[in-house]
Amino acid sequence: MAGRVEPLGTLAELRAELAAGTSSVAQVERALARTEARADLRAFVRLRGEAALEEARAADVRRGAGESRSPLDGMPIAIKDNMVQAGEPAGCASRILEGYCSPYGATAIERLEAAGAVVVGRTNMDEFAMGSSTEHSVHGPTQNPWRSGCSPGGSSGGSAAAVAAGLVPVALGSDTGGSIRQPASFTGVVGMKPTYGRVSRYGLVAFASSLDQIGPFARTAAECAEVLDAMSGHDPRDSTSLPEPPTRCVEALCGDVAGLRIGLPRECFAEEGADAAVLERVRAVAAEFERAGAKLAEVSLPHTPHAVAAYYLICTAEASSNLARFDGVRYGHRAEGAKGLTDLYERSRSEGFGDEVKRRILLGTYVLSSGYYDAYYRKAQQVRTLLRRDFEAAFESCDVLLTPTTPETAFRIGERSGDPVQMYLSDVYTVSANLAGLPAASFPVGQVDGLPVGAQLLGAPLEDAAVLRGVDAWQQRTDFHLARPEDPA
Amino acid sequence: MIPAGWEAVIGLEVHVHLKTRSKLFCGCAVGYGDEPNHHVCPVCLALPGALPVLNAVAVELAIRAGLATHCKIHPRSVYARKNYFYPDLPKGYQISQLDEPLATGGYVEITPEGPAGTEPEVRRIGLTRIHMEEDAGKSIHDDALAGPDVTLIDFNRTSVPLVEIVSEPDLRTPEEVGAYLRSLREILRYVGASDVDMEKGQFRCDVNVSVRRSGDTALGTRREMKNVNSFRAAENGARAEIARQIEELEDGGEIQQSTLRYDVESGRLTTMRLKENADDYRYFPDPDLVPVLLDDARIEEIRGSLPELPDARRERVSEQYGLSDYDARLLTASRPLADFFEETVRLHGDAKTVANWISRDVLAALKEEGSELEESALEPPMLAGLLRLVDESRVTARSARELIPDLVREGGDPEAIVRERGLEAVSDSGELEALADAALEENPRAVASFHDGDGKSLNFLMGQVMKKTGGKADARAVRSLLERKLTGGE
Repeated sequence: MAGRVEPLGTLAELRAELAAGTSSVAQVERALARTEARADLRAFVRLRGEAALEEARAADVRRGAGESRSPLDGMPIAIKDNMVQAGEPAGCASRILEGYCSPYGATAIERLEAAGAVVVGRTNMDEFAMGSSTEHSVHGPTQNPWRSGCSPGGSSGGSAAAVAAGLVPVALGSDTGGSIRQPASFTGVVGMKPTYGRVSRYGLVAFASSLDQIGPFARTAAECAEVLDAMSGHDPRDSTSLPEPPTRCVEALCGDVAGLRIGLPRECFAEEGADAAVLERVRAVAAEFERAGAKLAEVSLPHTPHAVAAYYLICTAEASSNLARFDGVRYGHRAEGAKGLTDLYERSRSEGFGDEVKRRILLGTYVLSSGYYDAYYRKAQQVRTLLRRDFEAAFESCDVLLTPTTPETAFRIGERSGDPVQMYLSDVYTVSANLAGLPAASFPVGQVDGLPVGAQLLGAPLEDAAVLRGVDAWQQRTDFHLARPEDPA
Repeated sequence: MIPAGWEAVIGLEVHVHLKTRSKLFCGCAVGYGDEPNHHVCPVCLALPGALPVLNAVAVELAIRAGLATHCKIHPRSVYARKNYFYPDLPKGYQISQLDEPLATGGYVEITPEGPAGTEPEVRRIGLTRIHMEEDAGKSIHDDALAGPDVTLIDFNRTSVPLVEIVSEPDLRTPEEVGAYLRSLREILRYVGASDVDMEKGQFRCDVNVSVRRSGDTALGTRREMKNVNSFRAAENGARAEIARQIEELEDGGEIQQSTLRYDVESGRLTTMRLKENADDYRYFPDPDLVPVLLDDARIEEIRGSLPELPDARRERVSEQYGLSDYDARLLTASRPLADFFEETVRLHGDAKTVANWISRDVLAALKEEGSELEESALEPPMLAGLLRLVDESRVTARSARELIPDLVREGGDPEAIVRERGLEAVSDSGELEALADAALEENPRAVASFHDGDGKSLNFLMGQVMKKTGGKADARAVRSLLERKLTGGE
């Protein structure tokens, strides 16, 4: 499948093509062909090929009969390798899940399938979503479509790269500390982490249960809103999914920010620790919002400096327990020739997990150990409460907050892998939303030295629509989201 | 008996399965003795991505257990993960409760048998807490089935709901251990929280034992017998461990804190591991579950739905029906039995008669059959009907007694059975008179010795008449008839 295949457009563009006479089969074929043509990106770890085409054919039949299930019917989408689909492998980019096939499907994906969306394949990621670079994958690193050799960010780097390079219009990621927003920022697309509990986690392989949330990548806020609406809502299979019916986002996109109160957290614009050009771009975004009628206000989130530390204590603690089920007993990788039970565990897990996952399991085990629990885990939970209060106070006077998404643009693959602490610190702007359970989206606001820069809008809990409304209004006034990376010659 | 000069201090951690149809965190059925790995799903097998959802019925049953044992039910309780690796624990952690359990601070009353001739004394055994948790699966090491060095795992039991009931160290003798377990079982069955069926593995307990010199107030170092699965084993194991500790201390030794295994067959205690090797379970609140929040109204609603509890019922039954404490205790030993008794009294009218028949004949028949009342075919209207036939002298007490095992086994209308089998009492005075005359005629020596003052010969003659009636005559009527004839009182 060599040769050039044109990138896919947005959902709206694909629907226009359908109206003009093309078919879902043709669009899914194009998604598959383009993915193969851009195999160099290593965005996908598995394509569904014939199964996806079969579903596209069914969507065409429905459309022909005037019985389309929804505007998403027949639309090609990609899902991250940590979400399960009935009858499909689910690998989490880990050796420990080699050969594992899930007998059941994730609620979020089942809802998109019920709307008619066609899952064309599974995208690459950092193993078990632990990482910010998509380098820690058993399948090898994903490339940033904007510059080969650069990381697309992570952990949902495959999904971000797939949307940025036009392999699919929409892809799902999961965000535990920025794993949707940071790669969205690095690849110049919109990535949205919904309010915690808005999208069911049932069928999302857990990294850190109190922080994980599924969300969409797309070129536009409108597409994110559409996909989010289709998969939101209470799920009786997830006790942490919110009981109340979610407000819809699509209807909230009015293209207007007049009167929207945008807070600028002082701590997120401090010069140290962030690239000056990135901060400059984000300040320019604030100014543009103000010109569009929004009201700016400086606010303070005083506990922000402790957020990264609290985040890495909580997420590693939860991960050390969540990953205990991968023991080589019931499924996945089992070491050959183990002598006795302990040896079976040690060898299966030593062989099955990569270094970053092992590092976090060790940290988390330590954090929860008797004698350390109070100093680490409990203290981190206290910081979490303080951070929540910071946000509550800020949202008394603001509708949304604006920050950079990342301190810098995409780094080179391998550049950070020797310095995990530096890598962790770059999550400084994103982890707070997870700790406080807030909705937050990263959206493209320009480039620095040819690489995309993202800004982040955060909302109060359940105010996902306010976040997307802000991003949509920005996109109505600017054309940064129209910039596309070029295919290699 | 604990030797003079010593005192034992015992506390129990009792685990019982709650009586739910489905598991604690998924919809799988709770089934006993079913084909292995039949009741499993992504949640209880801990497949990647699966999440637990709390079974509300289990919570209600646990609350019932807590209320029935006078515990405080907490408005907020939290599930925590107890992390350890074992093949029959698929998630690598057990969902349990640690810092914020469902219930704390109750008690159970026991009435252990004192030395012969003394009045039994009621003792209150404190409960530290009751918390909920899920059971683990079963590891099967069976060479014949699986070959050597192979372990098979059955996940049917994985995530079956349990409550752990932790007592204060208030028990002092092995006999009290038995009495406590029986009282607790009675309460749990009464409120429908658990069947506590040992055969089905619905009961396990850990027995903590220490000893000290009489008069000491500080606790001795304890050892914990793990996973004891019958009341008898708990009692006997405690007895053996008390003796062993006293012996060790008298020999100048020191008790080391450790866990033990009690082998029921051999009665031997073996050390599993010392305290230094204790696991660190790294408990933390389970982020997949939300806290259980209960308002007073909900707790009171459940309290209002509780049946009368065993102690209260025993007192009421004794008072209301004028029964001895012994009889009342016997008749309220289980809820089905007490219900049966009270319903039969309602239908029949005479509590003392009903009490006598149940405590004597019905319980004996059940014991003979090896069955429980609730499994038997005998219903209150049957017993009441039978006793009415006795009252009306339409059947003799003896015939009635013989019918009870049949009613326990197969049930039926007592009147119809009596008729079918021709058991109607011979009450026709002419027929009875003819039989009496015949007996007197056939046994002149007995008649002679009666006149010589040998009272026993009357019994002999009665027996002869009864034999002729096939036991269907009322013994009192036969006796007075014979007396009249022999003494010429006509």
